Amino acid sequence: MDFSYSDEQKLIKEQIEKFVQNDYSFETRNKILATDEGFDRAVWKQFAELGWLGVSFSEEDGGFGGGAIETSVVMEAFGGGMVVEPYLSTVVLSGNALALAGSSEQKAELLSGIIGGELLMSVAYAEAKSGYNLANVGTAAKKSGDAYTVSGEKVVVLGGESANKLIVSARTSGGNSDEDGISLFVVDAKAAGVEVRGYKTMDGARAANISFSDVPAELLGEEGKGLAVLENVIDLGTVASCAQALGEMAVSFQRTLEYVKVREQFGTAIGSFQVIQHRLVDMFTHVESSRSMLIMSSMKVSSEDAVDRKKAVSGAKVYIGDAARAVGQDAVQLHGGIGMTEELDIGHYFRRLTLFCSIFGSTSHHLKRYADLS
Amino acid sequence: MNIDYSPEELEFQKEVRTWFKENLPQNLKEKNMRGEMLTREEIIQWQQLLGSAGYLVVSWPPEHGGPDWNATQRYIFDEERAAAGAPVGFSMGIIMLGPVLMAFGTPEQKEKYLPKIVSAEDWWCQGYSEPGAGSDLASLNTQAVLDGDDYVINGTKIWTTYAHHANRCFCLVRTDNDCKKQAGISFILIDDMSAAGVEIKPIVSIDGEHHLNQVFFDNVRVPKENLVGVEGQGWTIAKYLLTHERTTIAGVADSKLNLANIKRIARENEADGKALIDDEQTRLDIARAEINLTQLEFTNFRTLADTAAGRAPGPESSLLKIKGTDTQQELSELKVKMAGYYAFPWHSEGFVGPEDFAFATQTYNFLRASTIYGGSTEVQKNVVAKMLLGLR
Repeated sequence: MDFSYSDEQKLIKEQIEKFVQNDYSFETRNKILATDEGFDRAVWKQFAELGWLGVSFSEEDGGFGGGAIETSVVMEAFGGGMVVEPYLSTVVLSGNALALAGSSEQKAELLSGIIGGELLMSVAYAEAKSGYNLANVGTAAKKSGDAYTVSGEKVVVLGGESANKLIVSARTSGGNSDEDGISLFVVDAKAAGVEVRGYKTMDGARAANISFSDVPAELLGEEGKGLAVLENVIDLGTVASCAQALGEMAVSFQRTLEYVKVREQFGTAIGSFQVIQHRLVDMFTHVESSRSMLIMSSMKVSSEDAVDRKKAVSGAKVYIGDAARAVGQDAVQLHGGIGMTEELDIGHYFRRLTLFCSIFGSTSHHLKRYADLS
Repeated sequence: MNIDYSPEELEFQKEVRTWFKENLPQNLKEKNMRGEMLTREEIIQWQQLLGSAGYLVVSWPPEHGGPDWNATQRYIFDEERAAAGAPVGFSMGIIMLGPVLMAFGTPEQKEKYLPKIVSAEDWWCQGYSEPGAGSDLASLNTQAVLDGDDYVINGTKIWTTYAHHANRCFCLVRTDNDCKKQAGISFILIDDMSAAGVEIKPIVSIDGEHHLNQVFFDNVRVPKENLVGVEGQGWTIAKYLLTHERTTIAGVADSKLNLANIKRIARENEADGKALIDDEQTRLDIARAEINLTQLEFTNFRTLADTAAGRAPGPESSLLKIKGTDTQQELSELKVKMAGYYAFPWHSEGFVGPEDFAFATQTYNFLRASTIYGGSTEVQKNVVAKMLLGLR
């Protein structure tokens, strides 16, 4: 039993923390968010050169031989700096979909494109009426000969505007929420029939609703068996988001702790009041407990046993979701009026933590999923 | 990172598991699983049985009769003990007094007292809290005054668990009233709870049972050789115990068994024409309790892995008592919720309803104490705020 990082993992962590410290200030981040794309391609190129886009893929897939733990190391550090580049959509979701289900040709073309930083991708799975049910798929795929086309609409595709390629879940057979009959396809985002409506999200990043009208699509994995892959991909994304949230929570807590030591009211630092002290202890408890759940889920998300994997992921999402909500809210509360302002970073961490509670399934969704698996 | 036990640890696990399977008396297991209180005789017999296998003073070094296990082995032992449905074997003598004497006792004190803890002949109770000194322990006011070769003790101790079972008592007493309150405290041993001047009055707690007592000392004489360390060292000695490893303080092993039991009860008992587990809210309550327990277990693993690797445990270890007792209370409350109307029968003759619920409310009531004793949750938070977060 050992929960310490390897030397390689420590190195990645230190590298990214240094990058955030030196090159990714809150002001820099705000400037990046104000651009049309909402992220910086030069920064992305730097990530590729430093190898950060390949840390979690096997060497035979062109990566550096890591896995979910490496992803968590990266995402936690990115969370600390509120990094906005599309790592989650491109590397974690799309990269893992390709690693799990891609043919050797698809991996050679697309996965190495992702690792090299030339290719941006996203996974389009949510629909207007699907809620969090990945099996609720209205988008349809038609087969003629060996070729497919997809038609339908996907919503809130993270980084969907800037993606070159999209991985789309579509029904090749079965009824609306059947588990069988869902297939994954790679679609060229610039193809005729693809219509992208981009918008800003609460955390300042961008997402898109994307409609497909008879768009040529290339099958990824086995026809009709896409749900298991998609669930696995979303589970990996969920743990990555948990890591990001932990990074955000840790900074929110630290900033709040520093603030209550210097903010004076009634002639003394507010951190001298017991009621404030206990709230800080609660925040600290949320952060440390969430770290335990992140360690647990980062190890188990790669489990061969799907039930073991799903329970670990949903358990972590429930626990860290509650903690993220509490820490985000308390950070604003304890900062008082200044915590309400756009000017201070605390409110931005709050927004990210709030969105974490809704991404890949709410706390109640995951609690039900956990209970169903038990 | 890896979560597994080593092959040697797995071998050890097997050995311990087999022992419990072959040696745990069935009636003890049943009583323990129901949450029923054990008698003095049952507890002593169990301790002696554990002792016969070398499983009693598991945290002690071999020179004093301990098995020379590392932290991971002790954790595995506790996991197996709980999973077997066996009650804990340790006592105040084992977890509190033993380490104190090993660190601060004279050779004579060690020789006189330690072997009888190992053999479970002596039952020690702990005299710390007083009516005016609960969370603020340093305000204690029981006086010990040197008179010739004896200390004369006057005062009262309260919440003394199992004082009515004990033949001996270790106490914090005041030997100096004219200095900073912590500096005037000494650690002293009372050899005979039936001596003249010692009076034990029972306190029945809200579970309707007699675990607790108030103990009165009226000119009780103990020889001066019964002072541990030197006068004024009592506070240091008491704090020394807090630095001891905390790898089982969270009670993970017992809570895991408790949860498994709750799941079985939810499958086997019905309400409104269906199994309790088929009620949506009950399912979600159980799921949440299991998630909270998973968190606790992994926080505990982190502390354990650090201890096993010879590193100082991280800050998460100071949260184990707070979170561990939260979980114990959550589980006990869940069982009461599941009991429905069977929460009503109280200390009845035989079982009024399903045996599974017979002690649910008693346990729930008793466990309210868990966030009060051993440093209340509020005091624990004060300590974390001051020591870890630098808030003052």
